[in-house]
Amino acid sequence: MKKYFSFFRLRLVTGLQYRTAALTGVITQFFWGFMNIMVFHAFYKADPSAYPMTMEATAAYVWLQQAFLSFFGAWIEGEILYTISSGDLAYELCRPIHIYDMWFARSVASRLSKAILRCVPILVVAVFLPRGYGLGLPVSFPAFLCFLVSLTMGLLVMVALNMLVYGSCLYTISADGMRVLFASLSDFLAGQVIPLPFFPEKVQRILELNPWASMGNVPFRIYGGDLAGSEMLQAMVLQALWLVILAAAGRLLFAGGEKRTVIQGG
Amino acid sequence: MITMENVCKSYRIAKRNAGLAEAFRALFQKEYEEIHALKNISFTIRDGEMVGYIGPNGAGKSSTIKILSGILTPDSGQVTVDGRRLWNSHGGQPLRKHDRCSRIEHVRQIGVVFGQRSQLWWDVPVIDSFELLKDIYSISDSLYHNNLEELTELLNLGELLKTPTRQLSLGQRMRCEIAASLLHSPKILFLDEPTIGLDAVSKLAVRDFIKQLNQKHGTTVILTTHDMQDIEALASRIILIGKGQILMDGTLEDIRQGGENMDETLAELYRSYEI
Repeated sequence: MKKYFSFFRLRLVTGLQYRTAALTGVITQFFWGFMNIMVFHAFYKADPSAYPMTMEATAAYVWLQQAFLSFFGAWIEGEILYTISSGDLAYELCRPIHIYDMWFARSVASRLSKAILRCVPILVVAVFLPRGYGLGLPVSFPAFLCFLVSLTMGLLVMVALNMLVYGSCLYTISADGMRVLFASLSDFLAGQVIPLPFFPEKVQRILELNPWASMGNVPFRIYGGDLAGSEMLQAMVLQALWLVILAAAGRLLFAGGEKRTVIQGG
Repeated sequence: MITMENVCKSYRIAKRNAGLAEAFRALFQKEYEEIHALKNISFTIRDGEMVGYIGPNGAGKSSTIKILSGILTPDSGQVTVDGRRLWNSHGGQPLRKHDRCSRIEHVRQIGVVFGQRSQLWWDVPVIDSFELLKDIYSISDSLYHNNLEELTELLNLGELLKTPTRQLSLGQRMRCEIAASLLHSPKILFLDEPTIGLDAVSKLAVRDFIKQLNQKHGTTVILTTHDMQDIEALASRIILIGKGQILMDGTLEDIRQGGENMDETLAELYRSYEI
């Protein structure tokens, strides 16, 4: 276990070095968050009764989404793909470690390091914005705890899904196809473009079952009180279920991939 | 001790002629050519030997190293390293799992340097990569500090350890790479072109170090290279491979017979074997 933690730590430390990237990220996400909230306000003013969430919950959703963008962003770790396509994988295979676990730890750390640098300024400012525009306090303390648990599970589900993309790359060499497919599907299905409650009800019911809905969708809505009670529990169980299924599938994929991998070139 | 018996490996390579029409045709019908990278390779290497594994480009050197280091699966044949059975056995039938040494168990005991790749983390100081390796191999504190001290002195690492990898010159980086592969005191060291691209001073430093390592710790060293001076300085035994077959297994003297200039002698030898 310690070796995987070391991986986690080193990747985290590496990620914390990139300060300029973090600063520009924060600025972009502020603007994006404001723009989003303005658009949602326009909808809200047009017809408050047809609006599927409260304005406070929507604002909380948007700011949390911006603060934790790196948790649920649809990107694929370029570093890891490069390791595969360049053949540096040879060195990784020469280590007494499980590739799946190592990359899992590494991906979690990389997303976490980005979030650590970016989330604090965004959250602090968002808390001081006026009601309906900013990030209010969580609806209750238990809800806040559920938010934390669900946020963690969401991150793990995202990484487990990423791992499937890396795993497929062990078979195809170039991951560009998978990458584009993943990125375009992911943002939409995960409610990163618009929150899932804004979809028509029938579509929403189907979308909520897919693994992407088990990422940011659950914790962000718990925080604002949009998801509570038995509905919330169901959503969290589904998160855990997806995590188990995706991780098992990923391990299988890697077990096969490691055997047939050929490191090309001299 | 390392033994390879009748190891074969072939690759499938997609081929087509130049041109748009050909590329379009290849969309529907791909033609593959089977390349036999290794054909019935067999040899035995005793503990503490320093073996130079040479041959022209594409002869199968790297494939052999990759199979021995557990990262490439051969098509058939038996491979045993220090009593650990890697890969499959008789008649291409896979060994049952508990008869076979797993990749993880095997790689714990060996060190590998691929001259053309890097194992150090690019953006952080070298010492961070070393600390990570310490945890990966579960190296005890005392062993780690002893090894680090020794390697730092012999390879003259000193200040380099605090420098991010990306800011090292190739020669500096290679010294760090070699140190990284030896932190866990492996009994066997595979070096795949360790002196590629290095200047004279760095080459000499690397050679001296490998020689000392072998003499002091009895580490078995298997070295592939195109640099005949590496071989002259290091290898007591030479295995020549070409077109996937072992053509010669002998000493430096066996190759030297032709004359004093090693490169010319070797080129002559390659020509005589038509490789």
